[in-house]
Amino acid sequence: MLTRLLGLLALCAMAATLALAPNQSHAQPLRIVIDDPTIEPLPFAVPSFQPESGEAGQMAVDLARVVSEDLTGTGLFREIPASAYISTVSDFNAPVEYADWKAINAQALITGAVNVSGNSVNVKFRVYDVFSGEELLDGNGQGGLQFSGTVDGWRRMAHKVADAVYSRITGEGGYFDSRVVYVSETGPKDDRQKRLAIMDYDGANLKYLTESGSIVLAPRFSPDGNRVLYTSYESGFPRIYVLDIGSVQRRALESAEGSMAFAPRFSPSGQTVVYSLSQGGNTDIFSMDINSGQSVRLTNTPAIETAPSFSPDGSKIVFESDRSGSPQLYVMPATGGEATRISFGEGRYGTPVWSPRGDLVAFTKQNKGRFHIGVMRLDGSEERLLTASFLDEGPTWAPNGRVIMFARETQGAGGSSSLYSVDISGRNLKPVRTPEGGSDPSWSPLQK
Amino acid sequence: MHTGHYISGAGHLGLIGWLLFGGMFTPEPDPVEMTEVSVISGAEYDALVAAQQPPSSSTEVAQPAPPEVSEQTPEVTAEPDTQIEQPEPVQTETPPEDLPPEVTELELPPQTQVDDTPPEMNEPVGDTAVLVPEIAPEARPREAPRVAPEPVEQPDPELRPDLDEQPAVAPDAEAEAETVVEEPQEAQTPEDSTTEIVTEADKAPAASARPPGRRPTPPPPAPVEVAEAPEEPAETPAPEPTPEPTPEPDPTPEPAEEPATSSSTEDAIADALSEVLGQPEATAPAPSGPPLSSGERESLRVAVSACWNIGALSTEASRTTVVVGMQMNTDGTPVASSIRLLSSSGGSDTAARQAFEAAKRAVIRCGSSGYKLPQEKYSQWQDIEMTFDPMRSR
Repeated sequence: MLTRLLGLLALCAMAATLALAPNQSHAQPLRIVIDDPTIEPLPFAVPSFQPESGEAGQMAVDLARVVSEDLTGTGLFREIPASAYISTVSDFNAPVEYADWKAINAQALITGAVNVSGNSVNVKFRVYDVFSGEELLDGNGQGGLQFSGTVDGWRRMAHKVADAVYSRITGEGGYFDSRVVYVSETGPKDDRQKRLAIMDYDGANLKYLTESGSIVLAPRFSPDGNRVLYTSYESGFPRIYVLDIGSVQRRALESAEGSMAFAPRFSPSGQTVVYSLSQGGNTDIFSMDINSGQSVRLTNTPAIETAPSFSPDGSKIVFESDRSGSPQLYVMPATGGEATRISFGEGRYGTPVWSPRGDLVAFTKQNKGRFHIGVMRLDGSEERLLTASFLDEGPTWAPNGRVIMFARETQGAGGSSSLYSVDISGRNLKPVRTPEGGSDPSWSPLQK
Repeated sequence: MHTGHYISGAGHLGLIGWLLFGGMFTPEPDPVEMTEVSVISGAEYDALVAAQQPPSSSTEVAQPAPPEVSEQTPEVTAEPDTQIEQPEPVQTETPPEDLPPEVTELELPPQTQVDDTPPEMNEPVGDTAVLVPEIAPEARPREAPRVAPEPVEQPDPELRPDLDEQPAVAPDAEAEAETVVEEPQEAQTPEDSTTEIVTEADKAPAASARPPGRRPTPPPPAPVEVAEAPEEPAETPAPEPTPEPTPEPDPTPEPAEEPATSSSTEDAIADALSEVLGQPEATAPAPSGPPLSSGERESLRVAVSACWNIGALSTEASRTTVVVGMQMNTDGTPVASSIRLLSSSGGSDTAARQAFEAAKRAVIRCGSSGYKLPQEKYSQWQDIEMTFDPMRSR
C-alpha cells in the first residue's frame, strides 16, 4: 500500500516537473490584435513612361494615362497627381528615391519605358512598394516585365501593364485587357434600333457586328472570346446564331420548325450550347453540340425554365424556373436531372450567371417594384443586393469575378438603357462609356 | 529492502511539500492593510455621535428654497414664446432659393462623361496585338538594405536581459535614417467610390469605425496592481551573480542541486500552481519590466489600424488573418527587415502574402516616425506580434 502511494507521489512529482518546463522559456513578445482596418483606395504614382526612342514621346504619356485610368477605374486605387511629385523618374533603371515618394504618400510606384520602332512597340514596367522599399514581384517571383505589339494595339499593352500591376498589388487577376459585346440601342422606345457592338471593357475601340435591320438579343462570348452567340428575330421568330468576331461571319444553329430558341450560352469547353426552347407554350432547357447540331433535353416540366448558365467546371447549370409558382433560381447537373432550388428570398429572381471563380451567382431580382443586381453563394446563402433602380438587369462577370456589368433602364417614355458596372462589394457603381444606349452586355475572358 | 523506497518517498514528499508550500514564504508584498484602532472615552463617543446629528437639520434648510423659485418662474417662461414666433416667417421665404443649385449639380457629371465618348468606329477587328511577356533584362539595383548586417546600437543594457532570442537581427540603419522624413496626410476617398445608389450592400462594407474600447485578447491580463518600482529590480537580477532574492524563510531542507536556477524554478512553480489552481498569474515574470498599460496598448493598436488599408486587396486576401512578428527600435520605429509573416488563416498562400504585404505596409508607414511607446518599458515592446484580423470587425 505504502509502495503504491509512494509511486503515485513520484508520478505526481514528475508530472509537475513536466508541466513546469514550458514556463521556463524567456519573455513573450507583446501581442496586439488589430481588427479595425480602413477601406480606401490605395494611392499610387505613375509618372509618364520613359521614351526610349524619338517616336515614343506621345505614346509614353498615353500609356501611363491609360494604366492610371484602368487602376483608378476599379475604385481600389487613387492616383496622386503629377503636380504633387517631388522627384521624377528620369531613367527606368535608376534606383528609386523612395523617400521622395513616401513624402507624398505614394504607396505604390509604377515606372515604365517605351520604345517605338516603325510599327512595333515595346513597353516595359516595374512596380514598387514604396514603404517597404521593395519591388513588387508577380507570383513567379518575377519583377520587371515587357510587352511587344503594334502601334495600333498600344491600348492593349497599356491594359496588359495595368492588369499586371493590379494583380501584384491585390493578389487577384486583372480584367482590363478584355472586351464587351452588347446590344447597342438608338431611337425611342417604340422604335428602337438594335445591333450588336463590341468594344474594349472601357468603351474604346467600338465596332458594330450586325446591321440594325432586325432585333438582336443577348449576345454571349465563347470561352475563347473569338465567337459570339446571340438571338435574332431576323427570320421573324427568335433563332440562335453564332458569329465569328474576326471574320464577322455568322450561321444559324439548328432549330425545329415552329419553335423559338433563345437565351443561349456556351459551355466552358466551347463545344456545347445550352439554350431555352419554347414549343407548344412550354419552355424548357436543352443543350446542343455546336458542331453536330444534336440537341438533348435537360428539363421537362410544365413550368418555364430559361436563362441557363454553366459552372466554370462545366459540371452544373444554374437556371431560372417558375416551377414553385414564381421565378426562382435552381441548380442541376449539366446533363439534366433533379434540380435544387437556391433562392428563397422575397421577390422574383432571374438571369443567373455563374461567377468565373465558381463561388457566386449573379442575378437580377425584382422586389417591391424595384430591380436589383445581386450575388449569392451556390447554396443561396449570403445574398447581397448591389444595386437598386427602376430597372437593372442582365448581369455579366468580369474575367476575374470581381466586377459585374449590367444594363440600367430609366423610367418613362423617353427612358433609355445604358451599361453600368459595380464591384461585388457594392462599391464603385459607375456608367460604362458607350456612344449610344446599350443593353445585354457580355464580358469576354481576358484576351490571349 | 524498502529502504530505497522510503528514502525516495521522503525525498519526493519533501519536494511536493516544497512545491505546495514554498510559495507561501516568498516575500511577495502582502496585500493586507493594517488599520489602527484607538480607544475613546464615553464623552468622546458622545461628541462623535453629536457631530453626526447635523444631517437631521437639513430638512429645515430645504424648506425655504422652493417658494422662492416658484415665484420667479412665470416671468421666465413668457419670453421664449414670443421669440419662437419671429423666425417662422423668415424661414418660409428661403426654401425655394435652395433648391435650384442641387439640381444643376446633378446634371453636370453625366454630360462630361458622355462628351468624350465618340471614338472612331472602324472596320472589324484586326487589332490583335501579340503580347509577349519577357523578363526585363535589367537587374534591380537595391536590396542591400535587407541584408545589411550592421549592428546598430542595442537598447539600454539594463533592459536587455530578457532578449536572448534574436541577437542576429540588426536594426536597419537605413530604415532609421529614412524614417526621419515623414509624413504627409492623406486625401479622402474619391467621390466616385460612393455614387448614387445606396443599397444594403453599400452599407455593410463601408463601415470600419468602431468604438475603441475593446482590449486585445491573447495577452494575459496584465496585473495592474503590480507596482512598477518593485518589478524593475526583478529585471536586473538575471545577469547579476546573486540570483536569490527570496531566500530567507526557505522551509524545505531538500538538497537544492542548482541554487543558481532556483529563482527561475520557483517562479515556474508558481506559474504551474497558478495554472492548476486557476489563479491569475500575477507573479509570472515572463516579460520583465512594467507591463504596458491598456491605454498604451490601445494607442499602438489605433496607430497601426490607421494605416492598415485593405481596400486594394482581393476579396480573399481581405478575409485572411495574418500574424506578423517584428522587432522594434528603441525610438519606436519597427525594424523593417524583421517584419515577418508568422502564420495565417482563412485564405490561400497567395491571399496570405497579399494580406501580409498590406499589414507590413501599415506597420512601416504609421511607424516611420516612431510609435508612441514608453521608453522605460522597452523590454515589453521590443518584440511584438500583431494579429491583423479583418473579419472581427464585420
